[in-house]
Order: sequence, then C-alpha cells, then structure tokens
Amino acid sequence: MTTDVMGASIKRVEDPRFITGKGRYLDDIKLAGMTYMSILRSPYAHANIRSIDTTAAAAMPGVVLVLTGADIPYNPLPMAWPAGGSSGVVNNINTPRVLATDSVKWTGEGVAAVIAETAAQAVDALDAIVVDWEPLPVVVDAEKATQPGAPQLHENAPNNVVFNWTVGDKAGTDAAVDSAEVVVRQRIVNQRLIPNPMEVRGDIGVFNPGTDEYTIWMSSQTPHIQRLLLAAFVMGIPENKIRCISPDIGGAFGSKIFCYADMALCLFASKALDGRPVKWVETRRENYQSTIHGRDHITYLEIAGTREGEITGLRVKTFANLGGRLSTIGPGIPTTLYGRVLSGCYKIPNVYCEVTGVYTNTTFVDAYRGAGRPEATYVIERAMDLFADEIGMDPAEIRRRNFIAPDKFPYDNPSGLGTAVNGEKIYIDSGNYEPALDMALKTVGYDSLAKAKSDARARGKHLGLGLSTYIEVCGVAPSKWIGAVGEGWGAAMWESANLKIHLTGKVVLTMGTQPQGQGHETTYAQIIASELGLAMDDVIVQHSDTQGTPFGYGSYGSRTSSVGGTAAVKAAGKIREKARQYAAHMLEASVDDIEVVGAEYRVKGSPEKKKTLQEIAFALDLGFSLPAGMEPYLDETVYHDTPNCTWPFGTHIAIVEIDEETGKVDLVRYVAVDDVGKKINPMIVDGQLHGGIAQGVGQALWEGAVYGDDGQLLSGSMLDYAVPRASWFPNFELGETVTPSPVNPLGVKGVGEAGAIASTAAVANAVMDALSPFGIRHLDMPFTAPKVWRAMHDKEARS
Amino acid sequence: MIPAAFDYARPASLDEALTLLARGAGSAKVLAGGQSLLPLMRLRLASPAKLIDIGRIAELRAIRDLGGGATGIGALATYRDVLDSKLVSHNHPILASAIPGIGDVQVRNRGTLGGAIAHADPASDMPAILLALDASVVIRSGSGERVVGIDGFFQGAFSTDLAEDEILTEIRLPATPAGAGMAYCSIEQPASGYSMVGVAAVVGRAGGSISSARIGITGVADIAYRATATERALIGSDGGSAAIDAAAGHATDGQAVSSDFNANAEYRAAMAAVHASRAIEAALAAAG
Repeated sequence: MTTDVMGASIKRVEDPRFITGKGRYLDDIKLAGMTYMSILRSPYAHANIRSIDTTAAAAMPGVVLVLTGADIPYNPLPMAWPAGGSSGVVNNINTPRVLATDSVKWTGEGVAAVIAETAAQAVDALDAIVVDWEPLPVVVDAEKATQPGAPQLHENAPNNVVFNWTVGDKAGTDAAVDSAEVVVRQRIVNQRLIPNPMEVRGDIGVFNPGTDEYTIWMSSQTPHIQRLLLAAFVMGIPENKIRCISPDIGGAFGSKIFCYADMALCLFASKALDGRPVKWVETRRENYQSTIHGRDHITYLEIAGTREGEITGLRVKTFANLGGRLSTIGPGIPTTLYGRVLSGCYKIPNVYCEVTGVYTNTTFVDAYRGAGRPEATYVIERAMDLFADEIGMDPAEIRRRNFIAPDKFPYDNPSGLGTAVNGEKIYIDSGNYEPALDMALKTVGYDSLAKAKSDARARGKHLGLGLSTYIEVCGVAPSKWIGAVGEGWGAAMWESANLKIHLTGKVVLTMGTQPQGQGHETTYAQIIASELGLAMDDVIVQHSDTQGTPFGYGSYGSRTSSVGGTAAVKAAGKIREKARQYAAHMLEASVDDIEVVGAEYRVKGSPEKKKTLQEIAFALDLGFSLPAGMEPYLDETVYHDTPNCTWPFGTHIAIVEIDEETGKVDLVRYVAVDDVGKKINPMIVDGQLHGGIAQGVGQALWEGAVYGDDGQLLSGSMLDYAVPRASWFPNFELGETVTPSPVNPLGVKGVGEAGAIASTAAVANAVMDALSPFGIRHLDMPFTAPKVWRAMHDKEARS
Repeated sequence: MIPAAFDYARPASLDEALTLLARGAGSAKVLAGGQSLLPLMRLRLASPAKLIDIGRIAELRAIRDLGGGATGIGALATYRDVLDSKLVSHNHPILASAIPGIGDVQVRNRGTLGGAIAHADPASDMPAILLALDASVVIRSGSGERVVGIDGFFQGAFSTDLAEDEILTEIRLPATPAGAGMAYCSIEQPASGYSMVGVAAVVGRAGGSISSARIGITGVADIAYRATATERALIGSDGGSAAIDAAAGHATDGQAVSSDFNANAEYRAAMAAVHASRAIEAALAAAG
C-alpha cells in the first residue's frame, strides 16, 4: 500500500534535472544541418522604411538566406482577444507582420532576418543590411497619445485609440459618486514592466519537404494554441501539417503565451532552405524590446462613500498602453481581466469603469503574471487606503466594513463579472474574507504598530505598514461564458488529459497543459497516484508536444490545477471504473460487488478475492479474455470544461522602513495569509507564493521599463532594469485559510499569480503609510530611493 | 550577445605581453579577468581587433608584504584573492569590508583589482577606495617601469594614465597613517549593483582633533575623485558630528555631478554628503 500523497510537500521530481544542469531547454537542442537566424530590429521607435538593401549581407561569409517582409506572404499575426469581443466595442486592430514592411512602430520591431551557418555569422551580417529610414514623430505615453496633435501610428486608429471599453452602470455610478458625502480622487500609474524569464524565448523551425509538414520547437506556454494560430492565420496551411513542441521552459510569467513573428519566420526560412533546421534564440536585449511587456496603465480613480466608511461608488478611467501594434490577447488584459474585477472583495454597489486602449511607439503589452488583476487590485487597494485616510479611519477597519459577507455568495459583482449576453453569467462563488484579515493582523502584531513606528524613528527610519486584501480570478472559464460574451481567446477554455496504464503497470498521464517551472510533473503525479492508489514513481507525466498530447489551451491564468487537474481526476475515474468492470470479469463477480481500496479491486465481503490495478492492466492490455463489448487496454481521455472560475483571496501585509537620509526603502517584514483552496503540494504552493510576492514587490520598489521621449528603451538591460534579488527580501511569513473551491473535485483554486496580484498594493500602501508624517498622499511606483528622497524633501521644504 | 570577431593571444610572461601590446599598435586590448570588457564586447559596445589575455601570468597575481604595514597587490589578484589575504585585511581592512559588495561571487572570483582600475568605470568602487588609501600603481612598458600616485591616475570616464603600450602590474598600498581608521559607504543602483554614490574614508585622529583625512568618491562624477574640500574641512576639526556633517557638505565641491534616469545630480550630490558623513563616522569609529 502507498500512503496518500495528496496534500503532501513532496520534493519536485523535475528538480534534480533542473538544478544539476540537465534540463533540456530550447537552446540545448541541436539538430543536424542546423542554421542560425538573427533578426535586424528597428533602431527607431517610429519610422517609415523607404528601402532595404540586403545585397551585401547576402554575400557575407556563411550567410545562406536573407529575408525581408517582401519575402513573406501578407499574413499579419492574429488578434485572438479583442476588447469586448461580440459586445459592440470597435477594435481598431493592427498586429505585427512577420517582418515589418512599410513602417516600424517601436524600437525592436523586426525588419529583416539573416540565416547563416553559425550564430556569429548571422549576427555579423546584420550590420551589412542597409535600411533607408524616414524617422517619424514619436509618442510613448498612452494619455498623451490620445491628445490632439499627437503623432499618429495607424490610419485605422484615430487618436491612437484601439478601443473604448466600458463596464458597469454609468448612470448609477455617476449618481452615487456625484452625490456622495466623501469622494477621493487620485491619478495613479501602474508602470510598465518587463517579464524577465531567466530563459529567453526561442524557436527551431524544421520543414519536411517530403511530407510538406512543419515542426517547431518553441519556448511556449501554449503549443496547441500556437499550432492553431500559426496554421490558420500566419502560415496559411492546414493545422494537421504543423507540430509544436515545447521543451523544458525556464520561466515565462505570461510572456510565452503568445504568437510571435519569430515562430513563423523560422518556419518560412526552413521551407526556403528546403528543410534545413533554423534556430533563433533571442538575446536579452531582444527580449527586453521584442517580447511583450506588462501593465502600463494610467488611471483616474474616484472612490465615494460615507464618513462612516461605507463605500458607495467607484468610478475609474484608465488609459491602457498596448504598444505599437497589438500582441495576441493584448486588448483582453486591461478589459475583461481588469475592469470586471475592479471592486475586488468589496460590496461596492455602484462601479463603472472606462478603459481606452492606446497605441504608442513602445513594445506591445500583453499578459504578465496576474494580467489585469494586479492592476485592478492596485487601483482598489490604493483607493481603500486613500479613502480611509480621508475620513480618518483605520485601513483594516474600512476593509472589514466593506467586505462581501460570507452569506452573500454566489456574489454577482457590479463591476461587470456577471455582465453577459445570452444569460450566461459567472459569479464569485465563494469567499470568507475576514478570517484571513484577522489572521494576518494577528501575525504581524497590528496592535503594536505605533510602538514599532516610534522604535524605527529612533533609528532614523520611517516605518510603514500596508494592507492588501485581494481577490483573484483564476482558471478563466467556463467556455460557455467566454463564448457567450465573446471574450477570452475567442475559443474555449477547457483542458484535457489522457491516462494510460501500460502492460507493465506503469502509468503515463498526458496533458494539454504546459509547465514553465511550476512542477506539473510532480503535482499531476500526486493526483494520479492518489486517485489510483499507486506509487508516484509509477506515474510519468507528459506534455508539451502537439503530436501525442490531447489538445489543451496551455498554462496561464493560474488555471492548470483547477481545469487541468480536474481533467486528470476525471481520467483517473474513468480508468478506475473500467478497471472495476474488468476486475469483476477476472474475479467472476458482479460489478456492483467490486469495491476499490487504493489500487486493490476486491469482492465485497471476500477481501481475499482481489486484483491489483497492475494485474488488471496486464490482463486487460493483453486482452486475451474480454467481457462482451469491452475494448482492450486501460487508456482514457477526458476533456473537461469547468463550471466556473475559481476565486482565491487573502490578506497580505508589508512592513517597510524608509531611511530618512537616503530615501531607501527596505522591506522588513512580509505576512501573507492566502486562501487558495486545498493544496495538492503545499511546498509548491509556497514556492509559487514566494515567487509571486517577489515579483509584485519588485514592481512596487524597483522595476520599471523606462522610455525616453524618442522611444528608446532606457531600461534596456538588467544593468538598468532592476530584477529583484533574493537577498533583498525578508523571510515571508505565510499563513492560510482553506475554503475549498466548490467548482472542482480537488477543491483547488490556483496560486500561480496570487502573490504578484496582492503584494504590489501591500508594499505601496506600506510606503505611503511610512511617508504619511510628511503629508505625502500618493507617489507612483517604483518607490526608488531617489524618488522617495525627493518627495520627502519637497514636503520638508514646503512645511 | 556574440562579440565581433577578434584575434586572441595568451602570452606566458609579462615581457611577451608587452611585446605583443607594442605590436598591437593601439588596436589591441589587454584582457585580465574579463568581467567588464567581455560584457561590453558581447553587446558590441567594444570591438577590439585583438585581445591580449594576461590572465595566466602568475607573476602578476602575487600579494606581497612590503613591510611596515605596506602591501603590494599584483594587478591580476582577484577580488577573491584580496578577500582571502590576511595581510590585506590586517593592513587595509577597508578592502575586506567593501569587496563583498562588489559584483557577485562569479565576478569576485574572476575580476581583478588591476582590471577594475585600468577599466576606470566611473561607478566602480575600487577607484574611490584606492584614492582614500593613497595607493600608487606600478606601470610597465617595453621601455621600463614607472610608479605613479593614484591621484593623477584616473583621467576621465574609462580613461587613465596608462598609455597604449603599457600594462598595470601592481597596486601598492602604503601603511595606514597612525591613529587612522577606514570605511567605505555606498548606495547602489539596484539594477546594476554599481554604486550611485560610494565614499571611502581614511581618517586619523591625534589628540583631540583630526590629523589626517583622505576621502575618495565614486559614482558622482565622470571620474572617481578625492573630496579635497571635505578633507581640508575635516583636518584640524574636533571630529564631532557637526564638524563631520559640515565637512561632508563639501563632498562635491568643484565637481560636475552626473545625472541619469536612475538618479539625478541633486540626489547624487545629497547622497555624496550623506555617505561622506557616514564613511567618516565609521572610519573614526574603526580608529577607536
């Protein structure tokens, strides 16, 4: 017998290979006859291309092919998630071409490609390409881009507007806000971030001239979706002619969800080279300029309520910077995943949000860890603190007063979650917010905050505490809702699992989801071992190859455990049922008399009459003796659609100290109480929280993509973009409440993004608390030492 | 991230290296630990036609006791070598306290003191420290050896007194003045880890007043410099907090303070004063 591995902190089966350098990432793959591609990228943020001369480059040593946009069929990259979908919103869509032809819209847009025998030869030849540029005026700020007289990027997008999207009740919210006792207004910026996976992106494209089939290895979170998009929209070939394979992936954080030009370029190039493999791996600088960025909102918030702390209205206007052209689901992030969850965990009766998506001469913006929900959480959690400050109420108390009460679920929130056509609505299905708040306050010692502040003052420091009581929506689903509202991928959001028990008793679970470091091979094995009563060692988890895995939508949006995990549970259930039926055949008993205990299938009342799952698999896979109508082999596939999203929540508390002389902010304590439902592997959950918290804190304190007015990315490398280091953090103090999700048999909710969603606002609120003695109400992130020092000194100078 | 093509030579001796360098006629660069030059080459911000890799010339790596509290550090001694040297940490403790803040483990294992100051990055920590320590540097060429004081060595951003045919061979640190303590205080630009401002102070007290002071500052201007106005204000003062703060207020006198999107000139100047004050306090505390 095996002990149940469900809920156990089992060390990750992936880690021995990852931490001993034996992972097999894209750049580790070397194929016979392989060529290497390098892409010439625009040095200008906005320019027309008068001409491109590749003659000299083509003659350089080792060069086998030079491509420009003119060599590529006219197939712009797909737009899979326009804002509002079918609900009447006009989307002025411009997506990149595989290589730019007439103009470039950001520094780093690809204009030509060199394929050579070696990577160095390909890079060398880039310098020999001559482009005749006509530089054009540049705008990088989303709000400025919509003003009269701003440089115009696209003819079909007047004033650079991609869309104007609204959600909620405008009239009701206007009435609530404009008649309120207290209204607090603030302009807040959620700055642009660079995702920074440690492994950059890359592809290897191979065309098979014998079969007209394409194979592409890609560092992608979504190989199945890329097969669909590349086939149907970019390559113009049948979907069954492309195979997509994701090898080990060294981090993604959303940036590897999308359809990128380089994928198609490798395939076109391999075809032009009659099937020679073409490898492209981006440099870190290219990653910074040409893989998506995240966030970049300018928001005007108005929060209204009573002097007693009852919030009655929230009115939000956001300019969402989407870059020079649209990434695959760029418009979906600041709309559905942002506007519809703006009211967070609060029972705010009137909410209205207007989002203007904007083109600027910057890298395209799409989903980055949290994708819309960190932006929403930042708005509402800053707003709650600003309102509490205005009426002189404790920030914990105002939250407590406005939480959705536990007996109000399922809760139809007014910021638009339930807004749908055809009667398809989703609800916040469960939650109990106060216990998490209480636990976090107790852990942090909230009652002794005043003493902590005065102790810090004695050391020349200003101490501040910040709260973030967040909710998040994971596992965006169900398909019927997405289909009805026309939002989401313009496609479904189910997941798949195939489970086989081979003759020898070894188990293979094949998934449509796609890990990027989360430990799927461990957690899925725990699920299957637990469901079937087997040892984890007997379960192998496979994924990542469209040839051999059932279609799946991939891993993002913290959806894998809820949606994929349930598919795995259901597959195990089908295996168990077939095994039970076959056990009855083997044991000459009635099916109803077979009971399943772990991996043993016993005749009730005669426990000595039993067969193990492995014995059943051996006999059934051979199929020498089959009951009428039964097929041989234990092999079951499940496609699982979920009835709802999941709704993690919690309270995060940050304590910071600010050095009065330098403005340097140190995070000195971090307490997080999260309710992510049941946990398959608590150690992995903690790891996800740690990483997410670190990334969210990174935004608050250090990170920021900075463009010059000329559109040059000033924070163009890790020398200027501050990726957080582990040593900058205190030990995280994690706590939990457990409210099992009612929408899946595992009771799980998802945890990949929760830390990043919650932590930014907690740290921001802590910094503002620390600065409150200076009368500073709001600063925009990141709270760098120079910025905080300047703010403190401005206030000192004035007073 | 692939450098442009270059020629490469790895001489076995200093004399051979000097011969190759003379022959390179301005197109050759000397490679020591490679922690600064190679990243520049990979970004193609530097594309030397030839690299002369002196990294394995053992004679340049020694750390020598020069007697009387003075130390000679071979130009190829790595940060790690210096950290591991009991001689250095005894004679010049500022190095043992500052070096762990430089780069990361890999950089400290490969990067050399000589390479750092020959590279002369205006945000590098080591120039400020060597200015405060009153170091001198030994320079060799085919035509002989010269020893110059650190004060005139740095001539601009990434520019030094080294001629194109010369190789830095040793850094000599004199004995610490009697009654002096030393300290380094910096605030880092979080992305790069380089100092936005770094201040090294070697300050001595005799009787009731400050008798010696050398203050080196990095990150603030396009060259590491001695804050001579601060030193003058300090010497002869009582070394109390007020005197220190007043002296530190002169930390950027006469300097064109740098500005970039990470930190503007106003902030750098203010931090120069704050960190000068902190470094002087700490140096005096270390002096006991």
